[in-house]
Amino acid sequence: MLETKNINFYYGNFHALKNISMKMEKNTVTAFIGPSGCGKSTFLRLFNRMNDLIDNTKLTGECIINDKNIYHKSVDVDELRKNVGMVFQKPNPFPKTIFENVAYGLRVNDMGDKHFIQQRVEESIKSAALWNEVKDKLHKSAFELSGGQQQRLCIARALAVSPEVLLMDEPASALDPISTSKIEELIHELKQQYTIVIVTHNMQQAARVSDKTGFFMLGELIEFNDTKKIFLNPDEEQTQNYITGRFG
Amino acid sequence: MNKKTTQKIAFLSFRILGIIVIAILFWILGFIIYNGIGVINWNFLTTAPTDGMTAGGIFPAIVGTLCLVAGSMIIAFPLGVMSAIYTQEYAGKGWIVRFIRVMTSNLASIPSIVFGLFGMALFVNKLKFGDSILAGSLTLGLLVLPLVIRTTEEALKAIPNSFRTGSYALGASKLQTIRKVVLPMAMPNIFTGLILSVGRVSGETAPILFTVAAYFLPKLPTSIFDQAMALPYHLYVLATSGTNIDKTLPIAYGTALVLIAIVLIMNLLAAFIRKRLNKKLKSH
Repeated sequence: MLETKNINFYYGNFHALKNISMKMEKNTVTAFIGPSGCGKSTFLRLFNRMNDLIDNTKLTGECIINDKNIYHKSVDVDELRKNVGMVFQKPNPFPKTIFENVAYGLRVNDMGDKHFIQQRVEESIKSAALWNEVKDKLHKSAFELSGGQQQRLCIARALAVSPEVLLMDEPASALDPISTSKIEELIHELKQQYTIVIVTHNMQQAARVSDKTGFFMLGELIEFNDTKKIFLNPDEEQTQNYITGRFG
Repeated sequence: MNKKTTQKIAFLSFRILGIIVIAILFWILGFIIYNGIGVINWNFLTTAPTDGMTAGGIFPAIVGTLCLVAGSMIIAFPLGVMSAIYTQEYAGKGWIVRFIRVMTSNLASIPSIVFGLFGMALFVNKLKFGDSILAGSLTLGLLVLPLVIRTTEEALKAIPNSFRTGSYALGASKLQTIRKVVLPMAMPNIFTGLILSVGRVSGETAPILFTVAAYFLPKLPTSIFDQAMALPYHLYVLATSGTNIDKTLPIAYGTALVLIAIVLIMNLLAAFIRKRLNKKLKSH
């Protein structure tokens, strides 16, 4: 489903990702952990080409989704981003109504008529486990929601355009514990339909939500294994040191 | 001295300075109202000057100024906003953008009389628009263009990048992102630039001196190729070239009062629209 081959990535002269090759299966949750600045977010952003927005960067190697190198010239980046949704660290709803936030992706991509949009918005908000809280105020501003609700709204917004992959960049790091556990439950649900990749600083969170975990350090993928194995009996000593809190 | 006393003294002096600024403003306003209010009546606002400008009203000048404000905004607003979108959102960080920025600042510091001469040379003579509302609006439009560009740039810069990336991440194009997310959010601040420009345009005399302003026109303009009277120029005429200064002076104060009132009303209107835009963005 998702695969990288010998990925190297540079910010100017800084070698941010070093020769990373890995594979992620459909309908799984993969977590990336590692100390700040290890490259895990940079790696995540390769899959929807968000790094394209940053000046003076260089990429070598292949990043493959559904057997297709997404950095090939023939790839339409807007189409790609529709297929690979993203949820950011800080909730970033648009200054529009709750309804219009979720409808945004459908409108900019010209997906369906008014009736379809109505239906799809409702489905997406339900999938994001937010429906009961907002169903009576769909036409109120998204800014009236709490941080946790805003983040689930952003998830609904990403789901609305029917992506296959969902990238989450520390989606709960700005939220309180209750909102965090709601997001984690949601990730469990969403796994049935989507392939999820999540970057997190919180190792318990990685242990709770993911099937596989990749440990990054200084731009290298030190270990990529089943989550259970990583947390109980990792192959690498550096992984062991990190998860037991001896550094990082 | 301990820090509490220092703080008290500091805040006291800030307050006094603030009060002085307000006092100066009210003094000017009060002076003009005191001297001008006597001539203001319905007739003054709705008729043309008569008897060698020693009697009658200032209606043609009010209409002229409103035309010039509208005309120059129609020119400067789209042009300025679009240039700012280009430099801020599209053009990246290369030397071209830096060059444009420096040139915009330079344009802003050119004296308004130079704009007047330029407008006369280009619009009045070369393009043969003659002394006309069109030539005057173009000249005034150029004058406030840097102001519109700069405030729009600042408004766009103030929008956090997370909204742009959020939009791109849903498959939106750059143009869609700007049109549907960035511009609506920046609108209230862009509007502030517009308010400032309106104030500037309605008060300027030098740029209209050679491009549109008429000494005396009893008739209203009927097309954009007509000359027009304008409040600031009319004020200048009344104050400097009247034949009977005793009779024209109160009219001059009245004209000044009307000019200030028009700017104030436009500012209030714009502030009201700005507030509504802001409210629409923040909550429903």
